[in-house]
Amino acid sequence: MTDLLECRAVTRRFGGVIAVKPIDLTLREGEFLSIIGPNGAGKTTLFNLISGHDVPDDGTIVLEGVAIAGRAPERIAAMGLARTFQHGRVFANMSVRDNILVGAHHRLRAVKPRLPGLGALAELAMALIRPPAVAAEEAALNHEVLEIAALFGDRLTPRLDQPAHSLSYANRRRVEIARALALRPRLLLLDEPTAGMNETETAEMQSIIGGLKARGQTILLIEHKLDLVMRLSDRVIAMDDGAKIAEGPPHTVRQSPAVIEAYLGHRAMGEAAL
Amino acid sequence: MGSWLDYTINGLIIGNIYALVAVGLALIFGVSNLINFAQGSVYAVGAYIGWTCFTYLHTPLAVTALIVVVACAGLGVAIERIGLRPLAGAARIAPLLATIGISLVLDQLLQIVFTPDPRALTSPLPNWRISVGGGTIGALDLLIAATGIVSAAVLYGFLRFTKLGWAVRATAQDRDAARQMGVNTDAVNMTVFAIASALGGLSGLLVGMYFNHIDPAMGFQATLKGVVAQVIGGMGNVPGAIFGSLLLGLTESYGVAIFGSSYRNLFSFALLLLILVLRPNGLFASARSTPPEPMTGSFVTPNRPVRVPRWAIVAAVVIAAAVPLIPAIPYVLQVLTNAWLFAMLAISLTLVAGTLGQISLGHASLLLIGAYASALFALDSHWPVWASIPAAGIVTALLGTALIAPSFRLRSHYVSIATLGIGEIVGLVILNWESLTRGPMGVTNIPPLQVGNIELDNPRAAYWITLGILVLLAMMQTRLLRSHLGRIFRAIRDDDVAARAHGISLGRYKAIAFAFGGFAAGISGGIAAHQYSYINNETFTSTVSISALTMVILGGMGNVLGAILGAVALTALPEMFRGTAEYRMLIYGVALLLLVRFRPQGILGTT
Ligand SMILES: Nc1ncnc2c1ncn2[C@@H]1O[C@H](COP(=O)(O)OP(=O)(O)OP(=O)(O)O)[C@@H](O)[C@H]1O
Ligand SMILES: [Mg+2]
Repeated sequence: MTDLLECRAVTRRFGGVIAVKPIDLTLREGEFLSIIGPNGAGKTTLFNLISGHDVPDDGTIVLEGVAIAGRAPERIAAMGLARTFQHGRVFANMSVRDNILVGAHHRLRAVKPRLPGLGALAELAMALIRPPAVAAEEAALNHEVLEIAALFGDRLTPRLDQPAHSLSYANRRRVEIARALALRPRLLLLDEPTAGMNETETAEMQSIIGGLKARGQTILLIEHKLDLVMRLSDRVIAMDDGAKIAEGPPHTVRQSPAVIEAYLGHRAMGEAAL
Repeated sequence: MGSWLDYTINGLIIGNIYALVAVGLALIFGVSNLINFAQGSVYAVGAYIGWTCFTYLHTPLAVTALIVVVACAGLGVAIERIGLRPLAGAARIAPLLATIGISLVLDQLLQIVFTPDPRALTSPLPNWRISVGGGTIGALDLLIAATGIVSAAVLYGFLRFTKLGWAVRATAQDRDAARQMGVNTDAVNMTVFAIASALGGLSGLLVGMYFNHIDPAMGFQATLKGVVAQVIGGMGNVPGAIFGSLLLGLTESYGVAIFGSSYRNLFSFALLLLILVLRPNGLFASARSTPPEPMTGSFVTPNRPVRVPRWAIVAAVVIAAAVPLIPAIPYVLQVLTNAWLFAMLAISLTLVAGTLGQISLGHASLLLIGAYASALFALDSHWPVWASIPAAGIVTALLGTALIAPSFRLRSHYVSIATLGIGEIVGLVILNWESLTRGPMGVTNIPPLQVGNIELDNPRAAYWITLGILVLLAMMQTRLLRSHLGRIFRAIRDDDVAARAHGISLGRYKAIAFAFGGFAAGISGGIAAHQYSYINNETFTSTVSISALTMVILGGMGNVLGAILGAVALTALPEMFRGTAEYRMLIYGVALLLLVRFRPQGILGTT
């Protein structure tokens, strides 16, 4: 199998803090890899480097054979990488439907005629004229939104026309995942998708993510809830203080002394997780 | 060589004066992340208080300065109470809009009390000058220099050695942490506003004496200069603001020496844009700053917009179209035609500021571009008016977008500053590019609206044409908002980081929105040029930009119908009640303040 994502010696410093120490990471097509580690370990920073929201000081990141370190996030997204954000970043004043539709942005074709130099103008014209091909494309995407929303049971479907700011916290997280799925990602990055969810909601989310995995979706997950990580992951990477401290099958990593120590070192977190 | 020294001294003196304004702005930005647009108005108030003291009370300079400092500090406290404190939980741009409102109110009050005419503020200092090298220095120069140095020293001592000063620094570093440690941040804000305003007022007094000239409009220019100086030094950076002010003073002074005095402001704003584009965090910031906090500059409050049924819109258009049939006074038609023109500007601005979330403070410059383009096409290229107006729309779309494009990567307050700067630059370029624009003379004898050989300079025809074009533009924009572009614009407004994460390229879509908005504004300017038959670089000033913003907020940000409603309300109503016309800007200022405070979603709601 080929490597979908390959990070080599990726490093990120913030002033004196080295948030990500030279780290290697590979992810194969169809694999489910989780990153665990106490607060401040550098997990989100690593995500930001991969998704283009931040630029590594050193190292290479290769997505499907293309070096992407330092590329703009929109270009990386267009290559098929979707992510969610740890603290939730839905478009608050837009409906759930529109939120999800934005996820499908890079798949728009009919409305974006390929005219070198005049693409933007042509897109504006298409939006105003709305020829049948464009209308059909919108209709198809709208249909797809229903399918994606249905993945979340009846959590989102009845609320498709509500503004995102009116949703509960858990529903906003669901919207974010739905939006990421609308991109039809080759690689999906989830940053603590169950943060702030209760047990029932977490179990529900676990089965949704499990369903994605079963469909063959490649997933890179950051998660503190180790139960969920143990059940879903093919492989786990543990980070502490910016460095990778363990890597391997879930249970091996969980039992690794370095990991136990890292979590004990951050007592509060350790108690919650282990 | 001697004159160079003079220019240097002059630049440093002016820089010193800017510093008194800029330091206040930096202090305020430091603790509250607010660009205090009322700072310049306080400066103007300071100058007028000084004038009043000299003229009526005949107080000596020291007493006058003391009165100015105390009164302006009090004004600063009031501004904090009205403009900042009640808006703690509101959108981040809300206090900025509130200070714009306060500034309008103060400027207008000055104009009403002291008349718009400039006055002489004669320095009571002796008139001697000593020569230094090849230049000369006067008593006032020395006083200004001393004031600058003493203020800086006192400020430094205050921040460094007093408990309150420590609280100010703690708040500037991390507001939440400071509050948790028991710092009374409200008291800090109030202190900072008092200091900033005292310095601002003092600066106004000194400037008035330096130029022996004060007028109620002087405040706005001072705010602009203070903001420019602050951007150069890095927002919120006090020593940076002093450095930026001196650099700005010198740049202007040398610029004037080389190119003449009408270029003074052009230099400051060119410098502003250069810094914004190249080093948006100021000259002293590290080259590679950390990614900014999630923060949008949009002014959109979660709300449910009012749904206006289609029949009501159709009915309103029919009624509007029927107005000329009633044997009304032509005056009413003229006012309403003007309202339609403003409405075109407002729908343009509501797209950019409301839907796309880029609060533009220089939108009137698009009117200027459109007006000049259409007028010059008609006069110099002999194009028929029906062709010159749409062409002006296209020129405005292209030129407006090209001007703003380098600033596309800026966010929030910086967008507002950049658009403000661009707005000023457009006016100044028009003023100075005489071969094309006829310079300060303006363009005269612009042909009236006409189609073929039929002249349409009767009020009815002009009314219908303007209304028709407005309806057309509004329909186009509504259609645009329902397309995928409407979705993308709103996504960029709500969270540009998340938008990029889903493949949305900010530059491309900002360009589309600005171009579309520029087209509508350019058309509006074009029509206006043919109706006014005379335009110059001051036909549409920053006041118009602020008026348009008020209309847009009144109607509800992003709301096309709201923008039209806001334009009609704020254009027509003050005219209908005779006698209120001269208070128009005062009304706008109060309206802006009340809206930001009590109904940020406007009449029809944001969309
Ligand atoms: N923009 C930034 N500027 C400065 N320091 C940063 C920045 N972003 C992250 N850091 C620092 O980098 C380190 C790693 O942070 P990161 O958010 O990646 O941790 P994390 O593993 O995601 O933690 P958590 O589980 O709490 O989400 C922390 O010490 C953090 O303070
Ligand atoms: Mg994190």
